[in-house]
Amino acid sequence: MNVVTSASTGTAVFRARALRKVYRMGEVDVVALDDVDVDLYEGEFAVLLGPSGSGKSTLVNILGGLDVPSSGTVWFRGRELTAADEDELTRFRREHVGFVFQFYNLIPSLSARENVEMVTEIAADPMPADEALELVELGDRVDHFPAQLSGGEQQRVAIARAVAKQPDVLLCDEPTGALDLETGRLVLRALEQVNRELGTTTAVITHNVSIADMAHRVILMGSGRIENVRENAERARPEDLHW
Amino acid sequence: MSPLDRKVLRDLWMMKSQMAAVAAVVAVGVASFVSLWSMYEYLKTSRDAYYREYRFGEVFAAVKSAPDRVEDEIRRITGVAAVQTRVVHDVVLDVPGLREPATGRLISISADGSRRLNAVHVRRGRLPRAGTRDEALASEGFVEANGLGVGDTLSAVINGRWQDVRITGVGISPEYVYEFRGGQVLPDRRRFGILWMDRRVLAAAFDMEGAFNDVSLTLAPVATAGRVVDALDRVLEDHGGLGAYGRPDQLSHRFLSDEIATNRVTATIVPVIFLGVAAFLVHMVLARLVGNQRTQVGILKAFGYSHGAIGRHYLKLAAVPVMAGGVLGTAFGMWLAVQLAGVYADVYRFPRVTYDPGWGVALTAVAITAAAAVVGALGAARRAAALPPAEAMRPESPESYRPAVVERLGLGRFLGVVPRMVVRNLERRPGKAALTVIGIALATGVGVVGRFTFDAVDRIRDLQFQVAERADVTVTFAEPRGRPALRSLEHMPGVLRSEPFRTIPARLRAGHRDHRTGLVGLPPDGSLRRIVDGDGSIRRLPPGGVLLSTALAERLQARVGDEITAEVLTGERPRLRLEVHGVVDEVVGANAYLPIEGLRRELQEGEVLSGARLAVDPARMDALYARLKQSRGVAGISVREATLDTFEETFARVFAIATTVLVLFATVIAFGIVYNGARVTLSERARELASLRVLGYSRGEVSRILLGEQAVLTVTGIPAGLALGYMLCWVLRAAYQAELFRLPLVVSRQTYVLAAGVVAASALVSAAVVHRKVRGMDLVEALKSRE
Repeated sequence: MNVVTSASTGTAVFRARALRKVYRMGEVDVVALDDVDVDLYEGEFAVLLGPSGSGKSTLVNILGGLDVPSSGTVWFRGRELTAADEDELTRFRREHVGFVFQFYNLIPSLSARENVEMVTEIAADPMPADEALELVELGDRVDHFPAQLSGGEQQRVAIARAVAKQPDVLLCDEPTGALDLETGRLVLRALEQVNRELGTTTAVITHNVSIADMAHRVILMGSGRIENVRENAERARPEDLHW
Repeated sequence: MSPLDRKVLRDLWMMKSQMAAVAAVVAVGVASFVSLWSMYEYLKTSRDAYYREYRFGEVFAAVKSAPDRVEDEIRRITGVAAVQTRVVHDVVLDVPGLREPATGRLISISADGSRRLNAVHVRRGRLPRAGTRDEALASEGFVEANGLGVGDTLSAVINGRWQDVRITGVGISPEYVYEFRGGQVLPDRRRFGILWMDRRVLAAAFDMEGAFNDVSLTLAPVATAGRVVDALDRVLEDHGGLGAYGRPDQLSHRFLSDEIATNRVTATIVPVIFLGVAAFLVHMVLARLVGNQRTQVGILKAFGYSHGAIGRHYLKLAAVPVMAGGVLGTAFGMWLAVQLAGVYADVYRFPRVTYDPGWGVALTAVAITAAAAVVGALGAARRAAALPPAEAMRPESPESYRPAVVERLGLGRFLGVVPRMVVRNLERRPGKAALTVIGIALATGVGVVGRFTFDAVDRIRDLQFQVAERADVTVTFAEPRGRPALRSLEHMPGVLRSEPFRTIPARLRAGHRDHRTGLVGLPPDGSLRRIVDGDGSIRRLPPGGVLLSTALAERLQARVGDEITAEVLTGERPRLRLEVHGVVDEVVGANAYLPIEGLRRELQEGEVLSGARLAVDPARMDALYARLKQSRGVAGISVREATLDTFEETFARVFAIATTVLVLFATVIAFGIVYNGARVTLSERARELASLRVLGYSRGEVSRILLGEQAVLTVTGIPAGLALGYMLCWVLRAAYQAELFRLPLVVSRQTYVLAAGVVAASALVSAAVVHRKVRGMDLVEALKSRE
């Protein structure tokens, strides 16, 4: 059923070593990541768990090529991302990564389908936009604009947009952060389904401990460091999650 | 269509009112440039073609009487290409329908019509037949102003006898684009006209058989006018030459060139101001609109769109309003130019009205605004794209807050929460506040500039026709006369008071500069003609010296205390040495004034006068006119009311049209700037304002915070704009180098009120729109989405 059941047997998609990220906020330096080593494996569903400010968003942004570390190295399938220039990072994001954010970040002036098409337009081997929306069960709302959709629906459009290009990895930053329980479960189910059916390596950032139960692997972060990594012997179904 | 292009269309639609405002401002900037510059080009090319095709002379001279053989002598002067001799005489006319006498300039024309120089373009009818004493071709301006036509008859005093003259045709000539008589400040087409008549007929009437009293010539390609003028003076000296002069001193040409120069200035400076303001607005608006889409730039980057693709996207967004404005502005500008050409064609008479649409001009104007748009949009897009996408998608980090100056000064406790927030917000982003203030100031300033020429022309009219020239009727004699002539004028019906004047043509020299004008002698204590300074104060004529108008002083580069030479061009041709006792900033003309007694002393003559100014009982005007028509020796009269009318019909009309258009344009610009400023501020602050609403602020309070800021900025910007407007007027005035008119630097209170009012009204309308938007704000949406 799952492509990978144990992390130890998988191949690493991402390999990050000695990552450090320091933000300069006005007069003070804030250390967001402090000497982090982490791997993400082919086909796994990983959850990065931690309180806000623990550095999980920074880590995922760096993995996805949205941000660059102050020091340290990241490899994507043997390619050194930290050595890539702006154009190469752009190409990397375009070809390999799908993003889902807490605030959906849909383009308000484009319909659901058009928001997805924005990505399929520039992808090498995308699935049809409508198919991606079917996958998140929004086949009947393709012509709606963001303002006409509920929060959960908007987030599912964002997921459809992220998976439509058939990315190698799906990076989700607090995808349920702005949603209620019921809607959150729907969104998580969509993510789980993509991971299962398409085999897309998925990393989900959350501060919600319950969500960790649906992961293959849970990476616990705090104060810019990785505090603990554990594998779930048994994964919970999204429908059974509570918070 | 790609989804990104659809986003362009949808974004445009969402911001349609702002985009329309941008397009309107661009259109106005482009239209002002296209129309004004096209007009300038039109005037210049029409004039040049006219001069060329109708062989307008380059050197001119009047002479008392010279035998025909002198023509050969003139032809032999080195540098002369072609020569044209004529018989020219000013006479009194009785025009049907005109109460007062008019002046006709009779100019000889060869019977076959083949005049070598200063050719006449026959508009209607035909030339007079050879040998017919009673036929004339009349000038178009005169004919039209008097409602005459081919076949109508006038009476003229020719050689002392009234004689009927029938109009056989209507024509125009490059010599009289302005039908202008020496000694007048303004053309008066109703009371001065040209009648071209058969040469032999005129020669017989004025005892000029085998002779001429007027010569024009053109120059060989390498010749210099100055040498030819000197040589011509020598040739004509023994025959009573009145001083040769080059084309720059020819009255009609001088006036026309002044107008063209003025047009050139208007066509450069005004559009530069307007286009500059439009470019500033486009830049500011697009930069802020794109800045607002920071998050969207981030998401596009996150999905792998390149900088180039993002740049092109925002370029398209900017291109639509700019191009729409450009096209609209070009079309409107050209339409306007055609309308203005129609008005000009009425004032300036050219054989053909050729309007060549200035495509180059249009392209230049569009290119300037497009460049501003590109810089504005791309600059903001680049700033957004330069950030790592993760950063771009976060809302901009809050700027550091601190208590405002007012509060630090301890005045905080007098401020309520809302005013305190207004003050802090303004202090927090001084750059943005400054840009808005500059925008509002520019809008106000443009309004002031737009109406300035109106004020200036109004002032010229007041100074010239109310303060300076106060005679009801001015009579000019054909030849200078003695004191009895003045007494006979005084005894004419209705004359209440009279003041003599003496004018004499002279070439003034100061160093190597010279200028041909008239020395004007006036009674120092006169009240019918006063010398008025730019500020409206009356200047007394200094005894024993000469008073120069600023235009003349500048031309001669003469200052108070300098000695200048006046070479009198008639009679014994004395050379007078005169000390400049003062310079007066007259609004019209380039004149040299002396007390009439002083001038007579210099000329060693008795109580001679060239004419007189009369105060007349209005009820007895007709009787006076009837007597004047019968008087011998009167070359012409001018009537103040009539001159004022002409002024209104020509210059004031041209200026009024231009001014109306400029004021309209300024209004559009003002509204565009203020409205867009308010709208962009609203979208930038939507999230913050929504948060305040969530915290329990009422709609009214939230509106007041936003509008309070706008109000403070507007109230700061308007006075700054009025000052800026005054400075721009100063620049505009300094750029006008015209000699016949000097724009006085006056800005009326109405202009200030209007400029400020337009901006204030724009601010109020914008405030109403913003207030409505705040009322309709969806709190949850505004908080959730960060757009």
